[in-house]
Amino acid sequence: MSTLAVHDHHGVEHHDQDHGHHHKESFISKYVFSMDHKMIAKQFLITGIIMAVIAMLLSILFRIQLAYPDKAFPFLETILGRFAPGGRLDPNFYLSLVTIHGTIMVFFVLTAGLSGTFSNLLIPFQIGARDMASPFMNMVSYWMFFTASVIMLASFFVQKGPAGGGWTIYPPLSALPKAMPGSAEGMTLWLISMVLFVASQLMGGINYVSTVLNMRTKGMDLWKMPLTIWAFFLTAILGILAFPVLVAGVVLLVFDRSFGTSFYLSEIVVQGQVMNFEGGSPILFQHLFWFLGHPEVYIVIMPAMGISSEIMSVNSRKPIFGYHAMVYSLIGITVLSFIVWGHHMFVTGMNPFLGGVFMITTLIIAVPSAVKTFNWLATLWRGNIRFTPAMLFAIGLVSFFISGGITGIFLGNAALDINLHDTYFVVAHFHLVMGSAAICGMLAGVYHWFPKMFGRMMDEKLGYLHFWLTFIGAYLVFFPMHFMGLDGVPRRYYAFTEIESLKQWLSVNTFITWAAIMSALAQVAFLFNFFYSIFFGKKATQNPWNSTTLEWTTPVERIHGNWPGEIPTVYRWPYDYSKPGAEEDFILQTTPYSQTMTSNLPHDFEDNPIGLGQYNDWLKTQPVKEEVK
Amino acid sequence: MAFKKLINNKILSLFSVLMLSGTSMVMAADATTAAAPGSDSAPSVWPGVSYYVLLFLVVCFAVGIIGKILQVYDLTLKLQRKKGIKWNNIMGALCLAFLIVGLAGVYWSFSVQGSMILPEAASLHGKTIDSMFWTTFGITVVVFIGTQILLFSFAFVYRSSDKRKAYYLPHNNTIEKIWTVAPAIVLTVLVIFGFFTWRSITNTVDAKGEPASINIDLTGHQFAWEVRYPGKDGKLGMKNYKLVSGSNKVGVDFKDRNSLDDLNADTIVLPVNKSVRLNIIAQDVIHSVYMPNFRLQMNAVPGLPTFFKFTPTITTADMRNRLDKTDFEYHLYCNKICGGSHYNMQKIVRVVTEAEYQDWLSHQKPYLNDALRKELKMADATQPQQSGVQNRLAFNN
Repeated sequence: MSTLAVHDHHGVEHHDQDHGHHHKESFISKYVFSMDHKMIAKQFLITGIIMAVIAMLLSILFRIQLAYPDKAFPFLETILGRFAPGGRLDPNFYLSLVTIHGTIMVFFVLTAGLSGTFSNLLIPFQIGARDMASPFMNMVSYWMFFTASVIMLASFFVQKGPAGGGWTIYPPLSALPKAMPGSAEGMTLWLISMVLFVASQLMGGINYVSTVLNMRTKGMDLWKMPLTIWAFFLTAILGILAFPVLVAGVVLLVFDRSFGTSFYLSEIVVQGQVMNFEGGSPILFQHLFWFLGHPEVYIVIMPAMGISSEIMSVNSRKPIFGYHAMVYSLIGITVLSFIVWGHHMFVTGMNPFLGGVFMITTLIIAVPSAVKTFNWLATLWRGNIRFTPAMLFAIGLVSFFISGGITGIFLGNAALDINLHDTYFVVAHFHLVMGSAAICGMLAGVYHWFPKMFGRMMDEKLGYLHFWLTFIGAYLVFFPMHFMGLDGVPRRYYAFTEIESLKQWLSVNTFITWAAIMSALAQVAFLFNFFYSIFFGKKATQNPWNSTTLEWTTPVERIHGNWPGEIPTVYRWPYDYSKPGAEEDFILQTTPYSQTMTSNLPHDFEDNPIGLGQYNDWLKTQPVKEEVK
Repeated sequence: MAFKKLINNKILSLFSVLMLSGTSMVMAADATTAAAPGSDSAPSVWPGVSYYVLLFLVVCFAVGIIGKILQVYDLTLKLQRKKGIKWNNIMGALCLAFLIVGLAGVYWSFSVQGSMILPEAASLHGKTIDSMFWTTFGITVVVFIGTQILLFSFAFVYRSSDKRKAYYLPHNNTIEKIWTVAPAIVLTVLVIFGFFTWRSITNTVDAKGEPASINIDLTGHQFAWEVRYPGKDGKLGMKNYKLVSGSNKVGVDFKDRNSLDDLNADTIVLPVNKSVRLNIIAQDVIHSVYMPNFRLQMNAVPGLPTFFKFTPTITTADMRNRLDKTDFEYHLYCNKICGGSHYNMQKIVRVVTEAEYQDWLSHQKPYLNDALRKELKMADATQPQQSGVQNRLAFNN
């Protein structure tokens, strides 16, 4: 494809003209099979939002069951039919709800919805490229994701219901269609959907990496990239290396299910019938799954971290504290995340010595995470904080990341994990640290870059309402779950009424359900705000947040090829906020040092001896200034 | 300030309406269940979806109206040449309010819900886990409270003002080194203690001179646990999954003489202060042996025998006295998703004195019951006629 050449041609030759005039785009090529990174980002975002709403509704359904295990709700039968006979959820369908909720949230919302949206939107914008390295592959990536979403949702319409073995689909449960209804056709659809999903992620990931490595504009060396780009770049690398392993695991599972192999199966007697499987290992699947599964949680959280770092810096009007440390901690997390997967398997029958080793690597990964947290706090310190909804959500991310991260120290400790494994403590932990935190990052990104996507602003007041209800709601939902876990309440239980000692948590469950309903309803504020503002929002200005990065130098109209003229050259790092001596409290990355003599610091010329010489010459002409410094 | 009140009202009213609807729903449901306890065919009536949808629409309208009022108020302020509503200050104040209310909530949660958690560990290794837990808890709670206070108070204190400019501070290597090394040291300490605790718990070899552990065989299948005790010889007989049948539920191989005196039990009864080794396996899908009171968990995996060695230290009777709960029982739960009735795959575990244990043991029926004997034609069983794979036990023996 010669797309890039065409773009450049446009940029240089016709920068004053309307681009639509040259590209007579049909509806299909503009809105459906679009190859423009901005449109693909929006497609990912809106699909992600729809999937998130669906997954959220699923969670409300099973929360109702947990709060009122003995009550019948006729409307459930109306909407779910055979899955809720007599208005009470079927236990197998309950497990399907939990499974699909988890799968959609982790993969379709927080991986594709988050990385897909913001990597696509921001990588070309912030590194100064006209589009992705391969726009066609980018389009295929979205449509594969879309197909995967449709297949995943289609599993609700098969006879025995969707996959029900938990989002981790451990065999033999998932491998034996007889073991539960959720392991029949629904599981087949799950597996097909995930294979397509991984293909989509790989195409996306390869695109992100090659774009970041090859298509940076003049002057944009790696150490001048915003933290968002660093985060997307490292996330994409993680995805490229980890996702294929899931495909391997899934394909072997398909073989076990359909072709009678025994990769994961051994010595099985199901419902009194002796099966012919021999020599396989269920633990093997867990290794393969978590080899993706653990990097996956960083695939989820790292883009959110990058987005929040950027937003916190912009809205504190202060450079991100310890830019290099932030990058190195991201790299540290990326590398370490490949050798910690075993901490999900301390009590699964894996050799205990191996468990000890994984425990050491796991607790090491807490160090870069701690560094990031402290650096965010230091970024806020002595800032001049502007509370946009995006900023509030970024702060929310930090709060959730602390609350959820700290319980990771318990779970990463093999000895403590014995009693906490698979309890509500785990549910609380990961919903805070990767669920709520990553969603906060994603919402922050939506509020912040909405003007770049749609040329309009979202309503701030509704954003405030949305934030506080969501933030408080999430804490009300997940905080009490820690204590349930400490009481040994197992997760994925359909009803607690069967067990005497668990009955005491019924009132807490009712409370959690109502908190969940409240935060779910709060999302209506967001959905209304989002879709209303697309069409009727206040028109955005070119740089509404007074930000320094490249995307805000593009015109509001969001043209094909991003910049009407030449792609701007970058001269400085992205975090020159409130620099002493500068005229404004931000200096665009495209502003050369020669134009900001009053605000330059010797540090700015660390690897630029010529610049430093000029700066020193200039200093000599300004004796008074030098004394001040 | 009036508008501050308005904001609070908006959220408060939304919240109260939600809470109100919640309670009314509970009450309505309660009322119906109370009204019709006898007739089991009548489903409990529910106020109906449309009621709640309407309620929510009302709330949406209220939010919209309040939003408009605020907008008008903001405009009038601006008409009077004042600055509009200072949202930034309000949000800063809300951050502070959240911090204070949140900390109070955390305290409440720790004291109320914290008192509902598991009682003291009833096993030897459980005590070390508990002390490890409380050490970690102490450290992390300090960090948790400290960082949250910093986060939200910074948000409040440094909220934007025209008078100030942010402090340009790109980095400070000293402080960054400190907060890299400090967590690293704390984590190293936790890792070292955790590692040795973990090794000591999972080290399952009986020490020299120590009396051998009681071997108990636990087999999980959908959706029950089978328990097998060794007989007088103290040794469990071999199993073979291919021998599983209706009467031989766990597939005991009676060619192994050790199996002849094995006992079949329907509860798990353990003598106090005696080392017990649970030999765990599953037949169909993965299950998990979870006994929270003993701080014990190990997955039951088909094809992969696992085990957990522990020493119970508090009898059930003793625990009942300590907790002042006459109906307290130790439990074994299944803690790995295993199918529709996963939530109800439990077993009672009883810890008793040695004398009670021996008494109980003497009342247990042998695994090799009469039905099984007949099925196996036990007279022949002592002289195996064929070797090799035996899928159908009844025919081959």
